Amino acid sequence: MAQEPILTARGLVKRYGRVTALDHADFDLYPGEILAVIGDNGAGKSSMIKAISGAVTPDEGEIRLEGQPVHFRSPMDARAAGIETVYQNLALSPALSIADNMFLGREIRKQGLFGKLFRTLDRAAMEKMARSKLSELGLMTIQNINQAVETLSGGQRQGVAVARAAAFGSKVVIMDEPTAALGVKESRRVLELILDVRRRGLPIVLISHNMPHVFEVADRIHIHRLGKRLCVINPKEHTMSDAVAFMTGAKTPPGEAIAA
Amino acid sequence: MAEPNTAAQPSQEFEKVLVNSSTEVASFDTHDKTALQKIQHFLHSTPAAVPFVVLVAAILVFGLAIGGRFFSSYTLTLILQQIAVVGMLGAAQTLVILTAGIDLSIGVIMVISAVVMGNCAVSYGLPAPLAVAAGFAVGGACGLLNGLLVSRLKLPPFIVTLGTWYVIMATNFIYSENATIREADVTAVTQWLHVFGVNFKVGSAVLTLGVVAMVALVLGLWYALNHTAWGRHLYAVGDDPEAAKLSGIRVGKVLLSAYTIAGLIAALAAWVSIGRNGSISPSAAVTDYNLQAITAAVIGGISLFGGRGSILGTLIGAMIVGVVSMGLNMLGADPQWKVFLTGVLIISAVAIDQWIRKVAA
Repeated sequence: MAQEPILTARGLVKRYGRVTALDHADFDLYPGEILAVIGDNGAGKSSMIKAISGAVTPDEGEIRLEGQPVHFRSPMDARAAGIETVYQNLALSPALSIADNMFLGREIRKQGLFGKLFRTLDRAAMEKMARSKLSELGLMTIQNINQAVETLSGGQRQGVAVARAAAFGSKVVIMDEPTAALGVKESRRVLELILDVRRRGLPIVLISHNMPHVFEVADRIHIHRLGKRLCVINPKEHTMSDAVAFMTGAKTPPGEAIAA
Repeated sequence: MAEPNTAAQPSQEFEKVLVNSSTEVASFDTHDKTALQKIQHFLHSTPAAVPFVVLVAAILVFGLAIGGRFFSSYTLTLILQQIAVVGMLGAAQTLVILTAGIDLSIGVIMVISAVVMGNCAVSYGLPAPLAVAAGFAVGGACGLLNGLLVSRLKLPPFIVTLGTWYVIMATNFIYSENATIREADVTAVTQWLHVFGVNFKVGSAVLTLGVVAMVALVLGLWYALNHTAWGRHLYAVGDDPEAAKLSGIRVGKVLLSAYTIAGLIAALAAWVSIGRNGSISPSAAVTDYNLQAITAAVIGGISLFGGRGSILGTLIGAMIVGVVSMGLNMLGADPQWKVFLTGVLIISAVAIDQWIRKVAA
C-alpha cells in the first residue's frame, strides 16, 4: 500500500455507561477506494462511523484527516472538514423541494445588497447547481427540481441524498445502509451511484449488511467485531462465507489480514 | 490497492433477469391523473389556495344575501380593521405552528405587553418610545422563556405554553391590580401609543395604520419564510427535526428564534390593539385571543403537525373569520352562528390538510 490513508482512526474508545461500544478500534480509508464496513449487530460499527462523522465524540483515541488530527464535536464540524454522510433515514425534509433539501444548512445567498441586508436566497443558483449535480449522477429522471421530496419514490430520495453528499463531500463520503430499504432495481441504481461517486475520485465508506452488494462494489472490507477492527480482507481473495465466519467469530482470520 | 470494479452491469446472479423486465416502472405517469389527483397536487404545492377559494366564496355568499351594502369598500375595510390584531397574533402563531409547536400564551403576552406600555407611559411618566420599547422587551422576554423551555428543556410546547399562559395571565393581573388605563389618560401623555389607530381614506375605503402594519408584517414574514435560509430551516425543523439536525441545522436555535419572534410580534399586536381600543384593559387577558390566532392559522391551511402551509393563508384565514362574523352581523343573525361556523371551518380545514398530505408520488 504505497499511498497514505486519507482518514485514519487509532485506539477509539466509546463507552455508554457500563457498555463499551468501541474498544480501541482502528480504521483506515485510502484515497479513491470503497471501503465496506461489516460486522454483527452490536459490534460497534455504527458507533465507529458516528465518531468519524462527528455524531458522537469518542472518549479516547485519535482521528486524522489527511494526516492532521481532527476533533469533531458535531456532524457540522465533520461536514465543514469535507466528510459527508448519507444517513440511513436520509435526513431529508419531506415537504421541502429537492433543491431546498440539497442546500439545507448551507444555502447560497444573493450577491450584493439583497443578500447582505435582506439575506435573500439565490434560488436560481441553487436550482442550477442542484440540477447539474443530479444530472452528473444520471438522476435527471427527476423532472422538477422544485418538487417536494415526499412526492419521490424511495430510490429517487436515496438518489437525492447521495447527490447531496457527492456534491458537498470534498474528502470522504460515508453511506449508512444505502440499499437497506430498496427494491432490487433501485438497489442497482444506488450501487451504480456509489461507483459513479468513486469514479469522480471520492473515497467511500459503505456500511451494509448486504453481503452481495458489499462484495460487488468494495475494494476492501473492514470487519468489525467486539468493538474493534478484527481484520481487513480483499473481497477477491475471500468468499462471503469467510467474511461471515470472521464477523461472527466462527473462524479466525489469517494473520496477514489482521496486519492490514 | 485493488483495481476498481467495473460493475455498471448487473453482476448479481438474481439481477441478470432484470434485462428482460419492464423498464417503464420508474417513469412518471403524469398523463392519467384524475381531476381530483390534479387538484390534490395543486393544493400540495399551493397551500393558500383552499382558504382563498373559501374567502371568495364567503364574500360572494354574504354579498348576495346582504346586497350592495356588503360590497361597499367601507364594510370591507372595516373587516380589515377588525381583524388587524388577530391577524398579527395569527402570524406569530404561524411561526410557532410551522415548527410543529403551539403557543397558547400568545394572547396574554399581548395583553401584558399592552399593560406595560400603558403603565410606563402613564404611571411612570416615561417617554413614549421607552414605554413602547419596554412593552417589546416584555413580549420578547415571554417568548424567549417559552423558547428556552421548549428548546433547552425539551418540554412539549403545548405544556410549556399552557403553563406560561397561566403564569403570564396571573402576573398581568397582580402587576396591574386589574386597573384599566383610560383612553383620556393615555392621550394626555402621548399620541404615540395610539398611532396605529390613525386612519386615512383611500377613496371611500377607511384604513388604519394598524391594518397597514398587519399587512406589512405578513408580507415581511412571507419573505423571510420563503426567501431566507432561516425560513427554510423553520419549515425543515417542523417537518422532521431529526433530519433537520442531521442536515446541519441548529434546531434549538431555530425553535428559540420562532418563539421569541412570536413574543415580539405579540408586543407589536399590543401596540396596535391600544390604537384600536383606546384604553388598556388587563382583563382582556381572559379573551381567547390565542384560540382566535390558532383558528386563523388553521383555517388558513397551516398544518398543526408542522412544516406545511403559507403565512398568506393565515391572513386569509383571519379574513374568513372577519367576513363571516361581519356578514352574520349585518344579517342580524345570532352571534353564536359565527362561533358555530368557525368550528365547522376548523374541522374542514384540518380534514383537507390530512387529505393533501396523502398526495401520492
